[in-house]
Amino acid sequence: MRPSDRSYLDTHEWAQLQGSVATVGITDFAVEQLGELVYLDLPAPGRKVKRGESFGEVESVKAVSDINSPVEGEVVEVNGALADDLGTLQGDPFRGGWLIRVKVAGSGALSGLLDAASYEKIVASEA
Amino acid sequence: MPYIQNSDQDRAAMLARIGVRSVEDLFAAAIPEALRQRTLPAISPGLDEDELTRQAAEVGAENRAAGSGACFLGAGAYDHGWIAAVDHLMQRSEFLTAYTPYQPECSQGTLQWIYEFQSMIAEICGMEVANASMYDGCSAAAEAALMAIATTRRKKVVVSAGLHPDTREAIRTYLKHVDAVVVEAPLAGGVTNWSGAVDSATAAMFVQQPNFLGCVERLAPVAETAKAAGAMSVAVINPVATGLLRSPGAAGFDIAVGDGQPLGVPMGFGGPWFGFFATRMAHVRRMPGRLVGISQDQQGRRAFTLTFQTREQHIRREKATSNICTNNALIALRGCVHMAALGPKGLEEVACVSRQRMQETVEALAAAGVPLAFPQTPYFNEAAFRLGADADARALRKALRAEEIFGGIGVSRWYPDLAGVFTLACTERTRPDDIVRLARVAARFARQQAAR
Repeated sequence: MRPSDRSYLDTHEWAQLQGSVATVGITDFAVEQLGELVYLDLPAPGRKVKRGESFGEVESVKAVSDINSPVEGEVVEVNGALADDLGTLQGDPFRGGWLIRVKVAGSGALSGLLDAASYEKIVASEA
Repeated sequence: MPYIQNSDQDRAAMLARIGVRSVEDLFAAAIPEALRQRTLPAISPGLDEDELTRQAAEVGAENRAAGSGACFLGAGAYDHGWIAAVDHLMQRSEFLTAYTPYQPECSQGTLQWIYEFQSMIAEICGMEVANASMYDGCSAAAEAALMAIATTRRKKVVVSAGLHPDTREAIRTYLKHVDAVVVEAPLAGGVTNWSGAVDSATAAMFVQQPNFLGCVERLAPVAETAKAAGAMSVAVINPVATGLLRSPGAAGFDIAVGDGQPLGVPMGFGGPWFGFFATRMAHVRRMPGRLVGISQDQQGRRAFTLTFQTREQHIRREKATSNICTNNALIALRGCVHMAALGPKGLEEVACVSRQRMQETVEALAAAGVPLAFPQTPYFNEAAFRLGADADARALRKALRAEEIFGGIGVSRWYPDLAGVFTLACTERTRPDDIVRLARVAARFARQQAAR
C-alpha cells in the first residue's frame, strides 16, 4: 500500500499538502517502470504549473518521460539535491526523492485527485 | 496492378478531407503560377529518344557552370577547393550505398566518421558538442530557434537582418507552426543594430558571421545581451571564417550552426549541402538530430554508439526533442574528409588566403572607381560594393559575364534601401589574374558611366 497521507495522479505523480504548499513527486511504481534513472529536468522556482501539465522530465536508460503536476500553482522550491544524486529518487521517491514544492491557491488544491486506494487499483491494472 | 495503389475513391477522400477539389487544384495552391512550366518551348514535340537527348543537351550547353569562368559569387555559396581524396572517399561503396543504419552499432565505420565529424565541427565552433549534421544551414538555424523556444519557454526570436534571406525565411516557416514570432533587428552601416530588440520575452538572438553583406559582426556583445535577458545566443557561421575570426564558443554563444558548403562541398545548384549544429553540454538534451558517442563493448573494446536516443522520435514520438530524422550524411562525409585533410593549420591558411584575395579585390575595385559600400566595417572573404543605382549594378554584372567573370549579386531585392549595392566573394581559388581582369572591366564600366 502506498502512503495514504497524500493524493495521486493516474500518470503516477503524488502531491501532499501542508498549509498552502504542496510537495510533489513521482511514485515508486513510476520509478520501477522507468528503470535506471540518468537525468532529471526540473523547473526553476517561479514557474507556474497546472494540473495534468508537464513541468519536467525524467530520463532513464529506456525512455524520457514527462512529469505532470497534480496541482496548480507556482513552484517555490526545487529539490536541488537530486541533480547530483538520483539514487535518492530511485530509492525513496515518497520522501527524500520529492521533486518540487508548489504554492497553491485555495483549499481545494487536491480535490479530484486519487486517494491511495484508487491509485492502487490503477497500478494493479498497469502492472 | 498499378504501382500507385491509391484508388480514385482514396484520392477523392483525401482531397475532400483537406478541402481541395482536384489534384490540379492542390498543385495550383502549392506551386506559384509563374513557376509552372506546362510546355518546353525549346524542345520540339514528338521526338524519338536520341533526338530528344541531343536537343536537351543543346539547351543544357547554354548553362554556364561556375568553373567555366572566374567565380566571384558568394551569398552563401563559396568556390573553395578540395583535394581528390574527398571525391574518392565519398564514392567508396561502403559509404555511397549504405542507407541510414537502423542497427547503427553494426556500422562502426559509419559511426566512427560521424564521431570524428562531430569532434571537428565542435572544435571549429569552439563548442562542447556537435550533432551528426543537418539537412543544410537553413534547417539547422530553424532547429536552433525551436530549441531556444523549448529551452527558455519563450515565444519570440530576434534575428539580425544580416542573416541570409533564405535562413530568415526558413526560421519564419518553422516558427509559424509553433505560435512564435520572429522580430528582425535592422542593419545600420552594414552591421546589426540590436537596440531595443531584446526583452524578457526573447527566446533567442540570431546573428550571422560574417553577415549576408560580408560585414564582420561583433559577436561578444550579442552573447552578453542575450545572457542578460535570459535568452539564448545563436551564431550562424561560415565555418571557414573561424580560421581567422573568433569562434562562437569563444565569444560566449550557446549555439553555433551553419552551412557546411565551404568545407569541401560543390556549390552545385544550391545543394545538396550539409548543415552543422553545435552547442554546450548543458544543452545537449535539447539538441536536435543524432549524436554519436563513444563507449565500450562487452569485451572492453572501444565502440561507437548512438546516444541520447531516448529523446528521438522513434522512441518519444510527438514529444521528441526534434522531428528531424535524417541528415545529409554522404555530403557531411565530404566535410569530414575535407576538415581532416586541412587540419586547423590548413583551415587557417584557406581563411587567410581567401581574406587576402578579397582585400586585393577591394583595393583593385577602389582604384577602378567602385568603392566599398561599408568602408568602416571589416570584411572577411566577401564584401559589398556600391554603385549609383540597381541598373548600374545590373549593367556591371552583365559586362563581367561577357568576360566569363561571374559575380555582383545585387542585394536590393532583399534590402530595398541598398539600391546599387552588390556583393563579391573570393576564396583561395581566386587567381590574382582574375582580380586584374575584374578590375579592368569595372574600370571600363566606371569610365563609361562617368562619360554619360
